[in-house]
Amino acid sequence: MADTAISSAAILAALATARPASGYWRNVGKRLARDPVTIAVSLVLLGIIFIAVFAPLVSTGHPYDGSVLHRLAPIGAPGHWLGTDEGGRDLWTRLCYGGRLSLLAGIIPVSAALCVGGGLGLLAGYIGGAVNTVIMRVMDVFYAFPSVLLAIAICGVLGNGFGNAVLALSIVFVPPLTRITETVTAQTRRLDFVEAARASGSTAFQVMRHHVLANVLGPVLVYATSLISLSIILSAGLSFLGLGVTPPQPEWGVMLNALRSAIYVQPYVAALPGLMIFATSMCFNLMSDGLRSAMDVKLNA
Amino acid sequence: MFQFAVRRLLLAVPVLFGVSLVVFALVHIAPGDPIDLLLPPEASPEIVAQVKATFGFDKPLYIQYLLWLRNALTGNFGVSIFNAQPVLGQLLIALGNTFTLAILAACLGFSLGIALGLTAALYHGRWPDKLCSAIATTGVSVPNYWAAIVLVLFAAVLHAWLPAQGIWPDTASFFGRLRYLVLPVGALSLIPMGVIGRFTRATALEVLSQEFVSALAAKGLTRGPILRHVCKNAAPPVLALMGLQFGYLLGGSILVETVFNWPGSGYLLNLAIFRRDIPILQATVVVLAFFFVILNLVVDVAQAAIDPRLRR
Amino acid sequence: MISAPTAMLDPRDRGGPAQPLLTVEGLRKHFPVRGGFLNRRIGTVHAVDDVSFAVRKGETLGIVGESGCGKSTTARLLMRLIEPDAGEIIFDGDPLGVQSGISVNEMRRQMQLVFQDSYSSLNPRMTIAETIAYAPRIHGMKRPAAIERAEALLAQSGLDPARFARRYPHELSGGQRQRVNIARALALNPRLVILDEAVSALDKSIEAQMLNLLAEFQRHFSLTYIFISHDLNVVEYVSDRILVMYLGHVVETGPVAAIYETPRHPYTRALLASKPTLDPDRRTTEPPLVGDPPSPIDPPSGCRFRTRCAFAQAICAEMAPPLLTCDDPEHLVACHIPEAQAAVAAAHA
Repeated sequence: MADTAISSAAILAALATARPASGYWRNVGKRLARDPVTIAVSLVLLGIIFIAVFAPLVSTGHPYDGSVLHRLAPIGAPGHWLGTDEGGRDLWTRLCYGGRLSLLAGIIPVSAALCVGGGLGLLAGYIGGAVNTVIMRVMDVFYAFPSVLLAIAICGVLGNGFGNAVLALSIVFVPPLTRITETVTAQTRRLDFVEAARASGSTAFQVMRHHVLANVLGPVLVYATSLISLSIILSAGLSFLGLGVTPPQPEWGVMLNALRSAIYVQPYVAALPGLMIFATSMCFNLMSDGLRSAMDVKLNA
Repeated sequence: MFQFAVRRLLLAVPVLFGVSLVVFALVHIAPGDPIDLLLPPEASPEIVAQVKATFGFDKPLYIQYLLWLRNALTGNFGVSIFNAQPVLGQLLIALGNTFTLAILAACLGFSLGIALGLTAALYHGRWPDKLCSAIATTGVSVPNYWAAIVLVLFAAVLHAWLPAQGIWPDTASFFGRLRYLVLPVGALSLIPMGVIGRFTRATALEVLSQEFVSALAAKGLTRGPILRHVCKNAAPPVLALMGLQFGYLLGGSILVETVFNWPGSGYLLNLAIFRRDIPILQATVVVLAFFFVILNLVVDVAQAAIDPRLRR
Repeated sequence: MISAPTAMLDPRDRGGPAQPLLTVEGLRKHFPVRGGFLNRRIGTVHAVDDVSFAVRKGETLGIVGESGCGKSTTARLLMRLIEPDAGEIIFDGDPLGVQSGISVNEMRRQMQLVFQDSYSSLNPRMTIAETIAYAPRIHGMKRPAAIERAEALLAQSGLDPARFARRYPHELSGGQRQRVNIARALALNPRLVILDEAVSALDKSIEAQMLNLLAEFQRHFSLTYIFISHDLNVVEYVSDRILVMYLGHVVETGPVAAIYETPRHPYTRALLASKPTLDPDRRTTEPPLVGDPPSPIDPPSGCRFRTRCAFAQAICAEMAPPLLTCDDPEHLVACHIPEAQAAVAAAHA
């Protein structure tokens, strides 16, 4: 069986009939495509993103114009199929426009924290030693705060505004992302193929880039996706407390707060913004689950 | 074991220092001068200086930090800017209220979570698994402040079964108190239920997939005894997570407390932020963070006590 | 790309066939054991102590010993994956690490390592062609050329590039993965290949094929091998000379025939006696060694084998025995007691 014939003709013939096999990420994609829950959830998410991005096209009114005369109209009122809020503005429109800020507040902090935290974790995990100790101890101090508390504390300090809320949440998410990246990197670093790469003469940077990063990215990405849902909830929570986005800007958390007292007058309308937060968050969580299942070699071997 | 505990404790000390430093720094880089909230703008410089001296705002920052630290270590957190009452007293009462909520929410959330997780794991792949997983995922995805509003909506607004907010008056009976507790505890327990449920399911599945379980089944053990074995092996990491979740309940209750106007530490924090009441702000955040650090420490030591492999 | 049998003299050769390809002098590595209160150093693992040997061009040097004797650490020290505490490495006459000698990077182009665990030594996210092509690309080869070379090596290793080049490690069997590891080691056209338990984890039939492949490559590319294993039969089959290690020290070295037929060190004899055999006339009736293997954290002073040696005397505790020749200049033993050596030689005959 060990055919060690070395004729060039045989080699060339072999190369000519070569066909591409599936790549790792392509495999993951195929498994994702076979999972009905993930597909459904992705579609819903795409829908939400769509109405947020194309809000001017799909909405029926104007996010800021409203007449107090028409405030708190019920669901199904003429011209306002989801009712109006406490300022008489069309709720459906506000929900659409609100999606923009809410979604951004979910994605931007996690992306920023992924870059910073992921980079720090990679360095700490690969280099080890004193660098690792310094980075992880600093993270420990921030890890000592429950995330809600830290976000509120930072926002309380910096003041209101969408930018401050995003900044606060980015800071809150850096320690957990650093920690998980460091753990996975340290584990990968010990594997033989990393040693083999070092033995072939690569610099540390090359090894990190070609061998460590690809293997670390998977688990970290799954975790980051689940953080998006938390980020949406937390950012809306900050606005709910008056610390993030301020009225009259449309954002689901702000709207939830403003409509709180309306609960006695128009209970169903008042609950709608929260429903959007819930739905979006649920979609991201289910997608994160689907991604983890698709990437788990053991479950799918 | 003792060495591990002591080492862990010593490692926590610099973290605690760091926490106090971060809180102090946060509060003092805040824009806006608390003096402006206390005095009218046309107050004379002498009065301003006097007020500053009373609260110690005239000293350099690091002196303020050391003074505050020294006082804090003896339990003296100063006096609230807003109502001139000692901070410690208000904080302790508020903490007690939050603790009540947190304990009950933890009990409810954890027991439901474990039940959901174990059911899902034992019936893996079949409809109970999907149902329990869906419930647990919902618990994690729902913003608890919204759930609180919805609960208030159904139980207090539409049907007037339960009070919509506040804590019981001192004259309330035991069941009267319970009525005030149901909604906040329910709302607060959703996230722990979800988190513990999902994690229990994952851990139990991993234990079930190990070979010793097949060996047990081959020996003829039925579901009940196997369940006991699974619990014993899955318990340590789940218990650790429970500890962490309790910490989050203590520190993260602010949103639910705001909805219910429940006078807990979160509510106090909310007020302090808007009133720029620095002593209360500092004290609340630091004490909550300290709780969290100590809780983490206890969880680590407890885990190491159960599983010797963790004693590095 | 596909080489015909290479000329006897490699263009990189620096000293001719008489000069050893690799000389190792006084290699030492101790690992700190941390623990206790503040992660203090509470002990030291004496992994490798005063190890010296030479490897001739074109030969196969077998290194044998129990687990924990320092074989794998030695391999990693040679590849400079771990930094030695002391010792000199001379590659084809050029000392390693000094200005006038050879650099670590350059040495790594001429010396490669094949690992034992075939799965963890391959990046699960890279196709095997990419894995093999990685080292040439790092050293400047363009990607298409590197992939072409990788596929050629795959073919020479017995794996059809058309079927295997774009596969991932988890899609291959253990034997196939080890072929990939060998191909990867050859990608930089090395002169010396260290095989660290490279066939130990394979089924016997696959192992035999792998050994044949290795022999083929050695002939074809004029390779020198260092073959590390605990399997005495395999080492006997592939090696020209043997190095016996015990607890970080070299205890005996010599041509394979001399070691296997006339061992002189008590430990070597015990090792050979513990080989299970299918011959019913040579049943093992009692364990060849008494006592527990000592820990490398606190090794015995002087000769480390003395605690299990029937011939130990006072001098064995005072001074570690140097490697000295017996009658055959090629055959070196580290033992103070000539009577012990004679007794061993007689008993083994």
